[in-house]
Amino acid sequence: MAQQIFAYIAHKDGKADDTALELEVAARKIDADASVTAIVVGSDAVCDEVAASYKEVWKIRSDAYPNAEVIRKALVSILPADAIVLVPHDTFGMDLAPGLSIKLDSAFVADVVGLEGIEDGNLKIVRQEYSGMASTHVSCDISGGAVINIRPGAFQPDESKGAGGSVVDKTGDAGDLSETTRRFLEVVEAEAGDVDITKSEILVSVGRGIEDQDNLEIINELAEAVGGDVSCSRPIVDAKWLEKARQVGTSGQTVKPKVYLALGISGSFQHMGGIKGAPYIVAVNKNAKAPIFQMADLGVVADILEFVPELAEKVNEMK
Amino acid sequence: MEILVCVKRVPDTSENEIEINKDGTDIERDDLVYSVNEWDNYAVEEAIQIRDKVGGSVTVVTVGDDESEEVLRREMAMGADKGILLSDDAFNGSDGRGIAAILKAEVEKGNYDVIFTGALADDGAGQVGGMLAAMLDYPYASLVNKIDATDDKKINVGREIEGGNQEMNEIALPCVLSIQTGINEPRYVGIRGIRKVASVEIPTHGAGDLGIAADSVGEAGAKVKCTDYFVPEMGEGAEMLEGSTDEILEELVKRLKEKGGIK
Repeated sequence: MAQQIFAYIAHKDGKADDTALELEVAARKIDADASVTAIVVGSDAVCDEVAASYKEVWKIRSDAYPNAEVIRKALVSILPADAIVLVPHDTFGMDLAPGLSIKLDSAFVADVVGLEGIEDGNLKIVRQEYSGMASTHVSCDISGGAVINIRPGAFQPDESKGAGGSVVDKTGDAGDLSETTRRFLEVVEAEAGDVDITKSEILVSVGRGIEDQDNLEIINELAEAVGGDVSCSRPIVDAKWLEKARQVGTSGQTVKPKVYLALGISGSFQHMGGIKGAPYIVAVNKNAKAPIFQMADLGVVADILEFVPELAEKVNEMK
Repeated sequence: MEILVCVKRVPDTSENEIEINKDGTDIERDDLVYSVNEWDNYAVEEAIQIRDKVGGSVTVVTVGDDESEEVLRREMAMGADKGILLSDDAFNGSDGRGIAAILKAEVEKGNYDVIFTGALADDGAGQVGGMLAAMLDYPYASLVNKIDATDDKKINVGREIEGGNQEMNEIALPCVLSIQTGINEPRYVGIRGIRKVASVEIPTHGAGDLGIAADSVGEAGAKVKCTDYFVPEMGEGAEMLEGSTDEILEELVKRLKEKGGIK
């Protein structure tokens, strides 16, 4: 394959994101012999850091981040027409990539979890649909280039750092990088809640299966019985039943408890992305096919509305 | 403000167990409960609230078959003023880019200040809004969880980013925004509301009406195709506790104690 593969490097506070190394591994799953070039918009320190893992690093000196519109313009200016561009499927990547694919006139595939090589000019890709309840093979015509968004954490990074790559300054080719129709104003930090669930050792976490705000009482009772704190998945916060500070997930808190009780939580990757430190995960869900059972250590198929009060009682009895 | 909201009829994953059909070509669609994509309800609610504040109208549009009319009617029952169905055999098998191209053609027939999509739908891609914006050369913001429609030239929008933080941007109009859940509380739609709009005429536009070449969309124009479906295998999976409820409870409490799950 003669097409060049590029990896968009996400970074924060002068350090490359974990996805920087994951994309490099993903690129080699597309083509083991491909030349893979990292693109860093911003910091010199990040360029040097990723040069340990990529043969070539293209630098664009700009403080445009997080303005996806400006960064898209820069990428369109420097990328070859048939480039294969890997982007982390995070909130910035979701902002950038679909429009980038249109401007490059190339194919786009979002939230990729697996890559199975090229057959007859088509890249074979694994994705998930229906909140992770079904997986699908996708065939993507990459002949005219492609933008591929890679799910963070889906590929194991290669930490060997033996690439000894060089940094090429492409700023001059990137064109005018001033803001036009979209202007970044500020980042508003999330409000702190009354409980800091990032410090909790036991989390009793509730999801959509609770069905009604009044039913939260049974979760509180179980949390009290086990001596844990109550956390939740996104739908509970969307419904305003619990405060945002109790939401576990990539758009909420990153927690690292010893034990995580997932009650009526289906287990979307956005939710699981907020659970670190390999806790012991117990899942209770009435849907035996819920993705959470693939990731939990221990599972019970049951309706939480019936099971949780019984569990609280049993805990109190056996404590 | 003239607002267009793009909506989609999807299998309701909170009501259904999704299974793969026998030959793995699709999910099993018999007996599925369908509804409006959850994100789209937030988008329509937001559009209605903006209209009620600053005036204008809300139009809902979908690419789909005759059955998709029901989701348009549902959103009209919420308060949208108009519905448009984009339907043509040539649209079948469109990838995200194809859907965006079809929507673009409809957008160009109108005079919209703001176009909303849901941030995600059943395929979990979150792609159509960003593609549509790029095709129209409109500015775009994804995962929007706050909109301050202050004037008719530009608006302030908040994007939900990692860690529950919010990224504020000023966006020039016209623009495309993909709406995240939680931005508002979508209103309840009762049977009476649906009945009220049951006989409102919903125009249907096909490829010819939109001036779309049939081979540029649908399966013919798709660079991205699903070839088969399968049940995901991730790790070893949980050890499932089985037996009577009492046996399960006893074993579970024992395990929790061992693992430090009871203080």
